[in-house]
Amino acid sequence: MRMSPEELLKRSFEGDLIALSRLLTLIEFPAETDPEIFSFIMRELMKRSGNAHVIGVTGNPGVGKSTLISKIISIYREKGSRVAVVSVDPSSPFSKGSFMGNRIRMQQHSQDPGVFIRSTATRGAKGGLGIGTTLLIEAFDGLGFDKIIIESVGAGQIDVDIQNVSHTTINVLIPGAGDEIQLLKAGLMEIGDIYVVNKSDKPEAEIIYKQLQELFESENIESRTGWRPRIYKTSAVMGWGVEELTSGIEDHKKYLLENGGFKEIIRRRRVYSTKQYVKYIIENYIERYLDRVDKDLLEKISMGSVDPFTASLELVKKLITK
Amino acid sequence: MYIQEQTDVETRISLEKEVVAEEMRRRYKVIVAKLGLDGHDRGAKVVARALRDAGFEVVYTGIRQTPEMVVNTAIQEDADVIGISLLSGAHMALVPMVLKLLREKGAGDIKVVVGGTIPPDDAEKLKEMGVAEVFPPDTPLSYIIKKVRELAEERRRS
Amino acid sequence: MSNISSIKTYNKELIEILRTAVEEWEREMRENNYRDRKDVFYTESGIPIKTVYTPLDVEDQNYFSKIGMPGQYPFTRGIHYNMYRGRVWTMREFSGYGTPEDTNRRFKYLISHGETGLSIAFDYPTLVGIDPDDPRAYGEVGVVGVSVPTVLDMEIIFKDIYMGDVTTNMTINPPAPVLLSFYVATARKQGVPDDKIGGTTQNDQLKEFIAQKSWVFPPQPALKIGVDLIEWSVKNLPKWNPISISGYHIYEAGATAVEELALTLADGIEYVREMIRRGHDVDSFAGRLSFFFASGVQVFEHVAKFRAARRMWAKIMKEWLGAKKKRSMWMRFHTQTSGVELTAVEPYNNIIRVVLQAMAAVLGGTQSLHTNAFDEALALPTDFSAKIALRTQQILAYESGIADTVDPLGGSYYIEWLTDRIEEEAWKIIDKIESMGGMINAIEKGYPQMLITESAYRKQRAIEELRKIVVGVNMFQSEPLEEEKRVPLLKIDEEKVRQQQIERIRRFRQDRDPAKWRSSLIELERAAMRNENLMPYIYNAVINRATLGEIMGALKNVYGEWSEPIIL
Repeated sequence: MRMSPEELLKRSFEGDLIALSRLLTLIEFPAETDPEIFSFIMRELMKRSGNAHVIGVTGNPGVGKSTLISKIISIYREKGSRVAVVSVDPSSPFSKGSFMGNRIRMQQHSQDPGVFIRSTATRGAKGGLGIGTTLLIEAFDGLGFDKIIIESVGAGQIDVDIQNVSHTTINVLIPGAGDEIQLLKAGLMEIGDIYVVNKSDKPEAEIIYKQLQELFESENIESRTGWRPRIYKTSAVMGWGVEELTSGIEDHKKYLLENGGFKEIIRRRRVYSTKQYVKYIIENYIERYLDRVDKDLLEKISMGSVDPFTASLELVKKLITK
Repeated sequence: MYIQEQTDVETRISLEKEVVAEEMRRRYKVIVAKLGLDGHDRGAKVVARALRDAGFEVVYTGIRQTPEMVVNTAIQEDADVIGISLLSGAHMALVPMVLKLLREKGAGDIKVVVGGTIPPDDAEKLKEMGVAEVFPPDTPLSYIIKKVRELAEERRRS
Repeated sequence: MSNISSIKTYNKELIEILRTAVEEWEREMRENNYRDRKDVFYTESGIPIKTVYTPLDVEDQNYFSKIGMPGQYPFTRGIHYNMYRGRVWTMREFSGYGTPEDTNRRFKYLISHGETGLSIAFDYPTLVGIDPDDPRAYGEVGVVGVSVPTVLDMEIIFKDIYMGDVTTNMTINPPAPVLLSFYVATARKQGVPDDKIGGTTQNDQLKEFIAQKSWVFPPQPALKIGVDLIEWSVKNLPKWNPISISGYHIYEAGATAVEELALTLADGIEYVREMIRRGHDVDSFAGRLSFFFASGVQVFEHVAKFRAARRMWAKIMKEWLGAKKKRSMWMRFHTQTSGVELTAVEPYNNIIRVVLQAMAAVLGGTQSLHTNAFDEALALPTDFSAKIALRTQQILAYESGIADTVDPLGGSYYIEWLTDRIEEEAWKIIDKIESMGGMINAIEKGYPQMLITESAYRKQRAIEELRKIVVGVNMFQSEPLEEEKRVPLLKIDEEKVRQQQIERIRRFRQDRDPAKWRSSLIELERAAMRNENLMPYIYNAVINRATLGEIMGALKNVYGEWSEPIIL
């Protein structure tokens, strides 16, 4: 079943799930579409985007991100918000395949037309999100979803992208997560807006809660959005504390709206996204075509008659001169 | 614009497209779902893993899925193929519901394959109803991968 | 006994002579150009196998501490002095399908053919604790077992079967307290005294998270409910085995024999500890614990597994958990021949596979045995295939002579060496789980699930790469003959069964005192919140005609439902 771009957009705006899903696929894989059509579709979507509240959820594998998201969805649904989830899983660097299992925890929402969950893969990206993730956010935003929840791969320190695309970043920790606290203390991890101590039915939860509290109080720490981080205790499995967490997320949104940060983050997200694409494309180019640019020079490099730095300057010059 | 050295304009254009394409090319997406109440997920997980190792993007739904859950998942994920595993004997009741829902929702182009303890005559009936392939016990993984890839290709062409 | 344990089985002089002789033999073999048909031989658990075994391989072994006499610690050779010379194992064929009437008929059929114990297979709605009129039950009612959502259904299954004369195994886990209440209520109604009610509830809640996956509640409350049943049963039903700690499903889910053994023992440790935490003396209940394993076609590895299992459990009970009574150290176990080792192609070959598997179980000293029917990979057994399965056991017991002496493989250099190796490997896994803080923590971290998933994948790859041969599947494949294509299979008219069961449960619900029924469920919920033993409350709800789905629903209100961790 093929649809014209206009038809695809029209139906997607009307809420036709098949059209919406295909539209998302088209956006996830720009290389599969004619550039003209692609930019037409994105233009139409971005006319309408800029309103959705993007919530990033990060934390190591096994901390219960998906279960927590599932409970957050339930609360937003009670309030009547339309919710989109983009869940990112790693791609195998060898086979390029991916195993996407995060949906398991959210399947209770699979029959709710007000919730749309899309699994995506990193596909070579290294910052905890997928190459197509930012455009998916733009699309869901333009399609009128109120809340867009991003679940990152969850790889600790290298999970940096999520802060660049989200309005509100939630870091999920569990009892026994001493390593993360150390990284935070050492300034090796960016400060999130909200910290969640999940699995707080375990007695050791109190320890990590106190550690976070002390850290944020003593150092007068602020997150990237200039906000004093908040800490919540939850048990996603039992549903405890999610209500409070969600109102914390809403407080943060209100804070951003009041100080102008909300729109600023969207502007930043778009610039960031563009830079990311440039990087992917160049990196890709380097990997695949560098040896075609100047075979003689490459031969010299491999023979050791020219040093890698000098040679790289030479190659870059060749690449960027129009 | 990045490519400077190529003199031939046509080569240049195709190369640009290729450069963009590499990591942004669409891979085949498969849903692996355990339909019904049985918890025997060994086969489903082995197949999911084999498909991933063969380069597919595999969405695993977990156990105890209803036909509605499976179909909605496939639609939201824009999957090419749905792989259903069930060892409960409920296949003749549940699999036709998946096919029916797919058609009703306008997603009849998504291919459905079924694996598990499916007796041969049931397998025939399921195929008549529109299941693309039935993989009985002892089917080699390499065969499953080959068939799923063919079906995914077919769906993309349609 | 203490100084005996320092005496080696083989004397030093003999060992030294043998060492030289073996070196000589190896040289001779090489010189004569004998080559193996494979680079390496492995057991399925991945233990490398040598060309031949001699006393050198067990030179450190002390007969009394490692092997001993049957009926004596460490019970390696068997828990009873004379084993099958006294009484052959219980032949217990897992059965049940369709309506309670169908199952009643199948039970009578099996009893008339000499079966000595009953074993109820339940359908999926029953296994996960929902009623047949729940929408999720669609297509599943009476398919893999019998539908038993009410006490009335249990009464029909045992119509004209006196429950004081049979013992019954019930393969049921999260809803085990409900089904046991159905059973006890039915037996009492038949006039059977409590001390004559015999049988087993599987009630192994932890392995549901590891393998079988008919979980309902999260691990902690699941463990609580399971242990409630143990506590109640030990007090009220002296002949009942409240739990069958199961490795079978773990093996079937893809674990190796070593992993099956280790994970099962680790589960067992958790149950015993929970009972001790509740203030029970270990010897007051440990004798009622039973186990359940798979047996595979790799006969020797499985025999060694069973022998290692008995020795390890005896040690765990005596040295770790403080048992003093001999009976508390016994590992009594039921065995089922492995179903995943059977094939859908050339299904009649499965008859031969089952013989090997059953032999492993008997040579391993099992207390009871289920042999799978040859059509296992295709459907539920027909009367015909079930009969052959039962006959297999009878031929082994009465014709083969393997039941005429105790532990006939004991003392084989290979078997003793392999028993030691399997034990060694299993301890490693148990130690790892202990270091994680016990089985509940390990499950929440996904460790046992990961082990199994990994092994399952490895086994499949081995078949694909012809490192593991399955005759008719990846070697000696053939065009199926007409007889192989036309295997008669049991067909269940699910639609009809479901309609009948829905009709029955509706009438059942009308025929009760609504006030008493409602208050019995409210009391149950309150007891759960107060963390009391729930068995009396569940029994009370059953007596007041609450259905399975209603009782489980009340408990879900308190405990929530489990959703699986993502492990590939």
